Amino acid sequence: METNLCVAGFGGQGVMTLGKFLADATCHSTDKNVTFFPSYGAEQRGGTANCFVVISDEEIGAPLGDVMDDLIVMNGPSLSRFLKTLRPGGTLFLNSSIVDARDVDRDDVTVVSAPVTEMALEMGSAKVLNVIMLGVYVGRTQVIDPAVVWDTIQHKLSSKPKLLPLNKQAFEKGLELGAAQRG
Amino acid sequence: MARLFMKGCEAIAEAAVRAGCRFFAGYPITPQNEIPEYFARRMPEVGGTFVQGESEVASISMVYGAASAGTRSMTSSSSPGVALKSEGISYCAAARIPIVYANISRGGPGVGSIQPAQQDYFQATRASGNGGFQMMVLAPSTVQEAVDLTYAAFDLADRDRNPVLILADGVVGTMMEPVVLPEMKSPEEIAAIQADKRSWACVGHHLDYANRAWIRPGQWSTAKMQQVNEEAAALYASWEKDVKVEEYRLDDAQVVLTAYGISARICKSAVDRLRSQGVKAGLIRPITVHPFPFAAYDRLDYGRVKAVVDVEMSIPAQMVDDVRAAVKDRCPVETCLCSGGNIMSRDAVIGAVNAVMEGN
Repeated sequence: METNLCVAGFGGQGVMTLGKFLADATCHSTDKNVTFFPSYGAEQRGGTANCFVVISDEEIGAPLGDVMDDLIVMNGPSLSRFLKTLRPGGTLFLNSSIVDARDVDRDDVTVVSAPVTEMALEMGSAKVLNVIMLGVYVGRTQVIDPAVVWDTIQHKLSSKPKLLPLNKQAFEKGLELGAAQRG
Repeated sequence: MARLFMKGCEAIAEAAVRAGCRFFAGYPITPQNEIPEYFARRMPEVGGTFVQGESEVASISMVYGAASAGTRSMTSSSSPGVALKSEGISYCAAARIPIVYANISRGGPGVGSIQPAQQDYFQATRASGNGGFQMMVLAPSTVQEAVDLTYAAFDLADRDRNPVLILADGVVGTMMEPVVLPEMKSPEEIAAIQADKRSWACVGHHLDYANRAWIRPGQWSTAKMQQVNEEAAALYASWEKDVKVEEYRLDDAQVVLTAYGISARICKSAVDRLRSQGVKAGLIRPITVHPFPFAAYDRLDYGRVKAVVDVEMSIPAQMVDDVRAAVKDRCPVETCLCSGGNIMSRDAVIGAVNAVMEGN
């Protein structure tokens, strides 16, 4: 069993952090193979950023797939760039605050819409949109135990304990939304 | 043992620290910046020294100096930066100074592209500088292997008094994977390693002319220069015992993929996929690309193997020269290539194998 995920959005949306939290949690709480691969290049704040996470019971070949099982899209340019890489029957997780689900010009994929930018602003910080989306992803796919993902977030934020309550709220809201959309 | 989740470059740096590396000098270049960045943070914690040199040439020269004083020393760079370091590498090889360096290579001649590629095979295995010297070249395909090979590289360098090169690429360098780290060498072990170098290293000798340490990156006497080159040649010839190769699912293979580093792990997953589709594929993965594992290709049954497919993220292909020399016309050698920073796709490899099998 192997799951390929691509996470794409604006630089500054926490796309890399989202992927790293998921991969790190998998490394520490399971004996599965896992890779995290960031795109790098002439990246800049406000430009596009993307990363790939592969979780597998087998040895992992390329740390990025030719065809993705799951795709998280945080902004419009990422939708046009990456939608074609999603396999038929794959799941698209869409930041519906700033990407219109009607722009998804495929009917062979499942769309999970989550208005994560609005949700984050309502919680008081636009910065937690990635943690909400991570919650949505884990809640929907159950690819690993949500509790261990939270442990990882907590561990990574241990030097900034003030941020924990907000991030916990963000992660739990995401989980709820994702779990509600389980097929 | 606990698994840590580490980036290739950082894991290489930590493995070096654990192997007793206490001097690093480098100069920034993508995609290896996390190596110097990690050393900058880590070296002060272990009493080591990190220097960001004013250039590549300065950095390798500092490493040459530190290693000449018996300290386990390292540098790293990426393709064009490694080319700039070739002067110092050649000096280390000439003076028989053990250093370890890493090339997290990129995509092409000149400044190239900054994305991952395998365009430096000839540079690594044939001519990393002037004068026809050789080095062991270790090519990891996973972050764990990058750790294990870096740790081992310091022992090999000291054993041979010769530079050792870790040849990786932007994928292995920038990806994160679970790793189990090797033991940290104790200060006593590190001191013992340095003390063992007393016969040749500048560790503080009395002022008598005969017994002091001499670091000589060349000789004035032609007879002596020939002797030094003969001794180096004998060393290079002795490396056959150090060949490392992974032979994967070759027992009944009819088509054999061959690749190193990042391409090899993609080939490995292609082999599994091809097998599930009924194609009897296997893989020869050189772990040491120099010394090259020629004997692995002799072990193939050419009555059964229809073709060897060389897979490289390099255009033109480079390792294929060694593969052809190993296969010796016993079956066709085909290639499956990409370059410029494009990452080899499993589907491309499967397509190349299917084309070869249909042609037979």
